[in-house]
Amino acid sequence: MSNRIVAPSPHLHGDFSTPRIMRDVVIALIPAFAFSVFIYGLNAVFVTGIAILSCMLFEWLIDRFMLRRPCTLGDWSAVVTGTLLAFNLPATISPWLIILGSLVAIGIGKMSFGGLGRNLFNPALVGRVFLLISFPVQMTLFPDTAGVDAITGATPLAFVKGALKTGTPVAEIMPNIDLGGLFLGFKDGSLGEIGALALLIGGIYLLIRRVITWRIPVFVLGTMFVFASILWLANPELYINPLFHVFAGGAMLGAIFMATDYVTSPMSKKGQAIYAIGIGVITILIRVWGAYPEGMSFAILIMNATVPLINMYVKPSRFGGNSPKKK
Amino acid sequence: MNETLIYTIAILVGLGLIAAVVLYFVAQKFKVYEDPRIDETEAMLPGANCGGCGFAGCRAMAEALVKQDDISALYCPVGGAATMKAVAEYLGKAVAEKEPMVAVVRCGGTSCNRARINTFDGARSCAVEASLYGGETGCTFGCLGNGDCTRVCNFDAIHMNPETGLPEVDEEKCTACGACVKACPKQIIELRKKGPKGRRVWVNCVNRDKGAITRKACTVGCIGCGKCVKTCPFEAITLENNVAYIDPAKCRLCRKCVAVCPTGAIVEVGFPARKPETAAATAQAQTQVSAQQETTIAQQQQEGGEQHA
Amino acid sequence: MLKTFRLGGVHPHDYKISRDAAIRMFDIPATVTIPLGQHIGAPATAAVKKGDRVLVGDVIGTATGFVSANIHSSVSGTVTSVDAVPDGANLRKPAVTIAVEGDEWNPAIDRSETLVRECTLEPKEIIAKIAAAGIVGLGGATFPTQVKLSVPPGKKAEMLIINGVECEPYLTADYRLMMERGEELLVGCEILMRALGVEKCYIGIENNKPEAIGHLRQLIAADTAFASRIEVVPLKMRYPQGGEKQLIAAIAKREVPSGALPIDVGAVVQNVGTTFAVYQAVQKNRPIVDRVVTVTGKKLANPSNLLVRIGTPISSLIEACGGMPEDTGKVINGGPMMGRAMANIDAPVTKGTSGVLLMDERSSLRASEMPCISCAKCVDACPMGLEPYLISKLSRLRLYDRLERERTADCIECGCCSFTCPSHLPLLDYIRLGKAETMKLIRARQAK
Repeated sequence: MSNRIVAPSPHLHGDFSTPRIMRDVVIALIPAFAFSVFIYGLNAVFVTGIAILSCMLFEWLIDRFMLRRPCTLGDWSAVVTGTLLAFNLPATISPWLIILGSLVAIGIGKMSFGGLGRNLFNPALVGRVFLLISFPVQMTLFPDTAGVDAITGATPLAFVKGALKTGTPVAEIMPNIDLGGLFLGFKDGSLGEIGALALLIGGIYLLIRRVITWRIPVFVLGTMFVFASILWLANPELYINPLFHVFAGGAMLGAIFMATDYVTSPMSKKGQAIYAIGIGVITILIRVWGAYPEGMSFAILIMNATVPLINMYVKPSRFGGNSPKKK
Repeated sequence: MNETLIYTIAILVGLGLIAAVVLYFVAQKFKVYEDPRIDETEAMLPGANCGGCGFAGCRAMAEALVKQDDISALYCPVGGAATMKAVAEYLGKAVAEKEPMVAVVRCGGTSCNRARINTFDGARSCAVEASLYGGETGCTFGCLGNGDCTRVCNFDAIHMNPETGLPEVDEEKCTACGACVKACPKQIIELRKKGPKGRRVWVNCVNRDKGAITRKACTVGCIGCGKCVKTCPFEAITLENNVAYIDPAKCRLCRKCVAVCPTGAIVEVGFPARKPETAAATAQAQTQVSAQQETTIAQQQQEGGEQHA
Repeated sequence: MLKTFRLGGVHPHDYKISRDAAIRMFDIPATVTIPLGQHIGAPATAAVKKGDRVLVGDVIGTATGFVSANIHSSVSGTVTSVDAVPDGANLRKPAVTIAVEGDEWNPAIDRSETLVRECTLEPKEIIAKIAAAGIVGLGGATFPTQVKLSVPPGKKAEMLIINGVECEPYLTADYRLMMERGEELLVGCEILMRALGVEKCYIGIENNKPEAIGHLRQLIAADTAFASRIEVVPLKMRYPQGGEKQLIAAIAKREVPSGALPIDVGAVVQNVGTTFAVYQAVQKNRPIVDRVVTVTGKKLANPSNLLVRIGTPISSLIEACGGMPEDTGKVINGGPMMGRAMANIDAPVTKGTSGVLLMDERSSLRASEMPCISCAKCVDACPMGLEPYLISKLSRLRLYDRLERERTADCIECGCCSFTCPSHLPLLDYIRLGKAETMKLIRARQAK
């Protein structure tokens, strides 16, 4: 009789838990990982392994010696950050850079804010952008991909950007680009961003497991497609096929796995739509007019910064309408 | 190269000038006269912004002190008499002398005095627990032990004692701001006079149940027997709703009530150790009481056992 | 496409293990303890004193004010005390204790089983009879029924909605009532429609109870008077569809605005159990002296639906269904989503006791809290379109003045947010606190 438990309702709990969600994200990343192993071989395994292990190590060290609190590795978020960071790196990058990137991602991107749930920016992207700006050469040196002969050593986005800069009309570039191959993933690029199809499979898994909703990925990719289509229809000589934008670079990885990061995306459905549209627009702006060939990471980080503001002003649709009854 | 440099400097200086002029006029237009004494007074206050004075922070208190002619009703519990005196001297107004107060936790239901009969598994907050049910023990008036009072204290003056499960007030740090009094959903904490040399006597219980029920729930609860009321030579003790209360204004700290309380619900602090013979007498009385209690408890347990069987 | 409400909601597994157990009469206990406050509003005033003899159905407590309800004796015998008695929360509340002697009923009550079909009373008379019988919302909210039926001037009821949703997992009391007392229930609907002066009645039932949907449809089709006016609406299973506002949204596609009442959109909702009680009160002069209680639990030997006299100790119901399983952690009065865990299981069955649920110790304990990861699952699950994470955080920080703007007063305390939170945060615990504080602020302003 003495062990009677009393607590406020509800007395049932759904089967969601933070570690389960994080594990599901890791599982969803497996097809893309498998594809990058197929393309880059053992390099992919090394890079991913080092990134995950160093992320976990840094999280443990910071928990243990700086924050002096119980270890938080059990929530699996360090594994997710490590995997996503690895997916944003070239396959032949030096291990030291991976470790440095992990330190920035975990230390500055996450733990400096107080750990999981408090960070303003996506930690993996903080790590990646730090490396990209500090080590631009190493970060854009991609090994040749089997099956893609036309363009070597550069991502399709960089190739197109370079070609357009020199004044080559789109009509001459297009034959060099195989949209089908792009979709399947036979292109140069970071570890995990290449297999658009594999990423899509992972995304569908997350949707089925109800880890993510369709809203953010669809709005990001949809906005990119619509914006690029407008440009393309306005001047097909100057602007490239919108499908190219959706399949190339980190669009899929960003839309499905990075933009949907819970902590750094808005809470309300309307807010999520605004956030996702912002990412799509900024990505295309950077890709077409910016200095970098790829703008996904920057776009997500910029929109991350607007999330608190969106949460404050964009409220969910209320039951019974948004204006309360006047008394 | 030089041209660029000159243009840049010129533009920046120009912008700066324009902004300065705009800011100057805006500042002139929206200038609000404020009594400089408010700033001075605020500086004298402790700056804890605890709200113990009844105002939203020290600034509001300072404004009230400066604007009101009669400030005898205003009092900063944190700064105490010294601060109020300084403020009054500065402003040339009179303040009422107030005795220093301290927060007192009126519950002696430690884990050994009060048996737990169930486990609370909700959010660790007294307010949540109090709104849900009577609490983990048979006493529905006593301390819930989740420490809402410790979380609201701005002065680190109240802490949970993990052994007893009750909060303990650090007399040195307590400023009697009353934050814990407001936070306690069971109204257990009271601000009482600190007393001469820190000597205080109070009823350490707020249980309004009838004596038999209280006794079953807790060994040191006030059972409302009224012995203390009869004993008190100064009529300082009242008995209402089955619980005694010692009026600090009338109490002369004679401690006769402490000696007669059958459950030991009246406590004293700050007194020197009693003289040997009285101490022996009290000890004897207490052993008697505890022996009595033991028999009662044994009986109750027997009854309880029968009920369950 | 089956109908359902627009926003939020969750899908707990329904665990209706006692669905096929027919309603069983429970023996009258030796003593009953009848609390005087069994409803929302002011507790009733005791109308008997120690030593009085009472019959079944005699008034022992009279309503205090408009929002209150009469209390009747559920047994015949002698009043042994009128005193404060611990309730399920271990708090002492006024109650009348009666020692049972035989089973003599007040002669005004018609105890025959014959169906009384016709009702020619005026609406006012019906409402008076309902008030006299002490009927309250038997779904668990226990709001006095006569108050709900008294349509304020200037407003008009357009439809009656009967709540047969029973969206709480485990509970089957309403389901059994629909299966076994269908005819009486439909007459009850007629009476309520008459009292309100409406021509349309919808009975909302979730699609996890196809037998009940079929049974009531058959009964309605068999009677032309019912067929044109009463309609069974099957609903897609989703919690909290049994919430008044959610049910109106699901059936009528009308959402009650914030701060308004269902009558403002022309709807009045009554529970199945209440409707049956209305039939008994109006046609048989029978006040509420008993109710159907589901006693259930995964480890319980005989999950049952019992017809229990008000005031029977809950512990005796558990004994009758096979005894308390070894590792019972929680005993819940009501369903698992909104029921109250009991600290004292000797507390009596009241009008609001729809079920008694036993949970084993492992599933009773909450998982440890983790930091909020802003996953927005609580926002998506909230049927009122609120932001539980924010309201909970503000209440926790005691920033009560910001809560009203976040529409905290709209919260229906359904528990969807806590149910769905992957970080196992006690969201609703703090929201309740914040809601209580917000209501205080609102009331203080209105009082000015």
